[in-house]
Amino acid sequence: MDWTFTLETFISLVAAIPLTLQLAATSILLGAFLALGLALLRLSGVRVLDWFARFYVFVFRGTPLLVQIFLIYYGLSQFPAVRHTMLWPILREPYWCAVIALTLNTAAYASEIIRGGLVSVPHGQIEAARACGMPRFMVFRRIVLPLAIRQALPGYGNEMISMVKATSLASIITLMEVTGVAAKIISETYRAIEVFIVAGVIYLTINFLLTRLVHVVEYMLSPHLRAPRLRTPVQGESK
Amino acid sequence: MNAQVPATTPMALDVKDLHKSFGNVEVLKGISLRAREGEVVSILGSSGSGKSTLLRCINLLEVPDSGDVTVGDETIRMQRTRDGKSRPADQAQVERIRSQLGMVFQSFNLWSHKTILENVIEAPIHVQKRPRKECVEEAEALLAKVGIAEKRDHYPSHLSGGQQQRAAIARALAMRPKVMLFDEPTSALDPELVGEVLRVMRGLAEEGRTMLVVTHEMGFARDVSSRVVFLHKGLVEEDGRPEHVFVNSKSERFKQFIKG
Amino acid sequence: MNQPGFLDVISFGPGGWGAALLAGAWMTVLIAISGFLIGSIIGTFGAWAKISGGRTIRAIADGYTTVLRGIPDLLVIYLFYFGGSAAVTAIGRFFGSEGFIGFPGFLAGALAVGITSGAQQTEVFRGAFKAVHKGEIEAAIACGMSRALRFRRIIAPLTLRHALPGMGNVWQVVLKESALVSITGVAELLRQAQVGAGSTGMPFNFYVVAGAIYLTISTFSGALLQWSERYFSRGVRRN
Ligand SMILES: Nc1ncnc2c1ncn2[C@@H]1O[C@H](COP(=O)(O)OP(=O)(O)OP(=O)(O)O)[C@@H](O)[C@H]1O
Ligand SMILES: [Mg+2]
Repeated sequence: MDWTFTLETFISLVAAIPLTLQLAATSILLGAFLALGLALLRLSGVRVLDWFARFYVFVFRGTPLLVQIFLIYYGLSQFPAVRHTMLWPILREPYWCAVIALTLNTAAYASEIIRGGLVSVPHGQIEAARACGMPRFMVFRRIVLPLAIRQALPGYGNEMISMVKATSLASIITLMEVTGVAAKIISETYRAIEVFIVAGVIYLTINFLLTRLVHVVEYMLSPHLRAPRLRTPVQGESK
Repeated sequence: MNAQVPATTPMALDVKDLHKSFGNVEVLKGISLRAREGEVVSILGSSGSGKSTLLRCINLLEVPDSGDVTVGDETIRMQRTRDGKSRPADQAQVERIRSQLGMVFQSFNLWSHKTILENVIEAPIHVQKRPRKECVEEAEALLAKVGIAEKRDHYPSHLSGGQQQRAAIARALAMRPKVMLFDEPTSALDPELVGEVLRVMRGLAEEGRTMLVVTHEMGFARDVSSRVVFLHKGLVEEDGRPEHVFVNSKSERFKQFIKG
Repeated sequence: MNQPGFLDVISFGPGGWGAALLAGAWMTVLIAISGFLIGSIIGTFGAWAKISGGRTIRAIADGYTTVLRGIPDLLVIYLFYFGGSAAVTAIGRFFGSEGFIGFPGFLAGALAVGITSGAQQTEVFRGAFKAVHKGEIEAAIACGMSRALRFRRIIAPLTLRHALPGMGNVWQVVLKESALVSITGVAELLRQAQVGAGSTGMPFNFYVVAGAIYLTISTFSGALLQWSERYFSRGVRRN
């Protein structure tokens, strides 16, 4: 292995990490809100809304992300009307097109995860909250949502990792995030293996840290699943 | 009617001085047990006394640490590995002997992806390499005998526990085994289903089958078996004819056990 | 300006792209099937390694699944495409040929998709094996079945039945992933759509149609998988 080349590659790729993270974080965050909305539509009990959400999920989960990216980045510019709206400055930018596509895509997957979390909340606990006189929204915010989030977290962690991986597709519409820079170096030098290893290590590190983070949050959110810890040592019971 | 056989009848199964430990827990501490052809031996004992382990050692589902198992006139050859562990010397021999021992499990263990008939003909065709047609005919006769002929094309999951266990008995019989091994065949059944399985087992005993039966069914042990063996902490504590041991056993523990 | 209508460009008539898109769809299916088969073979070995391999073999299998779950599929495609070309060129030079030899995109794509899906199949098969009721295997041993016979008649069919739902998921992932192979220039569905979009100036039409074709393939194959799942799982106990 050529260490100088590897080191140079590493430095170039590290410089691209912020863009990868920015793409991932933005779309995960925006996607979470959209996903929650979709999940609520699914559970709304209103036929039309339910079917809309179902259709949305069906379309975005059934087609390749790359097609979605192309459709937004190249496809929309086909219409002069789009080019004359206020959205054009956004839709012109590959960055925002990538963010939009990633957001719409992750929302489809995440909405199913959130829905799973929401339906897993035991009915009795909701009734108990109602019986306390909590208004509907408060029941949702204070009882249902926290329990659902706890339940959905492991699945959501996997989805976040998928998103970090998915940001690599932004390179195909010219964004120079980690994979984009890696592809450029490979096509210039044809040293695929070294570049692959360096880029691979970077992605693995990001995803490893992300997994840890999810674990930590999971731990913090589930005191009720942990063994009880005594606050004050009980006198005379020491063994 | 208890199946008693003359003392000149040849041995079907001879177990000598069987030892078995799991880790440093010695479960079998030297068990010897014989069954002549046509004998029904009931094995009793409290939970954890090593009954299942004994049966599983006989057909090598567990490898005994030492001791001999002889089926008919063939003794399973064992050898020691370099680190002192015991293991069968000849895997083909083990497989042959296993096919002469029909095992019936507490939890039936029918193959869920095969119909009842397929379950019964599987081993005769593929292990014993007998012609398919003959196996199917025999299987149908066996299923009729255990009373589930009409279930032949059903999958196990569509049968009640009692029916599944009767199918498992038919599966074991289909290999024309020299000895049948039963490990608590009725313990996983709802009480109202126990009778139908015991009836089938009684029938087999009357036919003169050699059977080793681990059971908690005192009635079966008392009325059907030729001998009763009581295991306690990995040793044979009592071994004799039911009419003797149930009446005047010298073992306090056995008396305690049968009292309930 | 007399723009052709939405359907004209995708028609099968003269000047229509229908035939090209259909050929692309066929190529997509071929890539996906090849990748899926390669992945299934790898997955079989991977699962075997994880279940009954020694410490080293198990560590290798664990490393493989961890790495491939953490890095983008696109990167793996680059590795095979460019790495393959570099290797083939080096071999060519050894035999006296001059200049650059390209690695076939189809092969690179199928291998890359196979390697990534192999990691998923490994987990699917391993989970499926674990779901097999242990007593059923014991019953096979007790009947005197040899190791090979046991595997062929009892363990493999039962494992496969438990694996079917997971394999169906992997297939859907593979199908969408095959779109990434378009970057190697293989004339699969997305690549054909790109070409059509470029030469007609109607990217929106082409990407919508490509998306619809992907949806159709995934819906039909999904239905087929579900049917086979139901067919093969007759009687299989799930717990
Ligand atoms: N595979 C194993 N590994 C470790 N310990 C085991 C194993 N199998 C059995 N044992 C232990 O060996 C002892 C005897 O078990 P065994 O199953 O033979 O008892 P049993 O007489 O059949 O009891 P039961 O009536 O409950 O079925 C128990 O203490 C059990 O925990
Ligand atoms: Mg037992």
